[in-house]
Amino acid sequence: MPTKSIGEEFLKGFWKENPIFRQLLGMCPTLAVTNAMINGLAMGLATAFVLIFSSLVVSSIKKLIPSQVRIATYIVIIATFVTIADRFLAAFFPPISKNLGPYVPLIVVNCIILGRQEAFSSKNTVGRSLIDAFGMSLGFILGLLILSAIREILGFGTFFGFQVMGQWFKPWIIMILPPGAFITLGILLALALQIERKTKARR
Amino acid sequence: MEIIALFFSAILINNFVLHYFLGICPFLGVSKKIDSALSMGLAVTFVMSITAAVSWAINHWILIPYQLDYLQIVSFILVIASLVQLVEMFIRKISPPLYQALGIYLPLITTNCAIFFLALMAALKNYNFIETVIFGIGSGLGFTLAIILMAGIREQLDLADVPEALKGAGISLIVAGIMALAFLGFSGMIK
Repeated sequence: MPTKSIGEEFLKGFWKENPIFRQLLGMCPTLAVTNAMINGLAMGLATAFVLIFSSLVVSSIKKLIPSQVRIATYIVIIATFVTIADRFLAAFFPPISKNLGPYVPLIVVNCIILGRQEAFSSKNTVGRSLIDAFGMSLGFILGLLILSAIREILGFGTFFGFQVMGQWFKPWIIMILPPGAFITLGILLALALQIERKTKARR
Repeated sequence: MEIIALFFSAILINNFVLHYFLGICPFLGVSKKIDSALSMGLAVTFVMSITAAVSWAINHWILIPYQLDYLQIVSFILVIASLVQLVEMFIRKISPPLYQALGIYLPLITTNCAIFFLALMAALKNYNFIETVIFGIGSGLGFTLAIILMAGIREQLDLADVPEALKGAGISLIVAGIMALAFLGFSGMIK
């Protein structure tokens, strides 16, 4: 049964099993919405909301779900919370909802959420599933913020919309276009792998 | 004329992989061999064209008349999941070798965001039936093109001397970035 302590369960989302840098999950929203930090944050929060509530529901009713139709059941549960998140953003934050566009509904097919239900919530207690969902969400938000900070600073010269680069700075337009997303993430992945290898070698 | 423009812009300019970042998982995972990339691409194109037609029908005949459009997300995902099941059974009956070749990737199409995005985008842009289907086929072919190009590059990449940390996903993403840069060149083609 459970071998990890509660703290480890929470912290693993940040580095050891970070969804973006270590597991390479949820790549579409990661690349698509990180052209500005505010979009990255909104996406991260929406995904966190869906992940936490789906984990809560799935782990509470896991005994009632027949295993043959579990994936379909998870998808319907997830789609319900995504609809709530989508409608909420459209009602209260119309500009953000417009920026994110169809990427909010796309949270349904974000592999992080389905993956956590299948790999964790369907086998663990409600409490542990919630801790796991919180950790994973924070890890995901962290990843989105790092990527969008790099792209926004280089692409617009701003940080959360505030000018941080001086007049001399010419924005690198390419960073906010699709190629910038691919290249930045590629370099960040390599960096994460390098750090992991260095720490492993030291042990 | 507009239909032709829509078709080519779906393939080259608004390429699903390189412009909308959809289907990155199969793009990074499958595309090591040109053959399997081609069959994956064709499977996706096939499912996409059917999805486009069916989701249009559901949206225009059921959801909109009864003002149920808040159910779009749930109903599209269910349609896609059941369509993929149907296509899987169909291919297994008709062509076992193709079924073998596609293997695990066929069920994975369900969670391929490209298909879901297609249904949403067509509903969002209010395309009519013909436009929706053309958009579906074009997007599928665009996906196929991107994934085959990637497979070709990665076959060569195996022989190249890549820094240890960049191996795998890192270098693939950078290659994808350079490809996206090249595809940006098409964006002036259609106004």
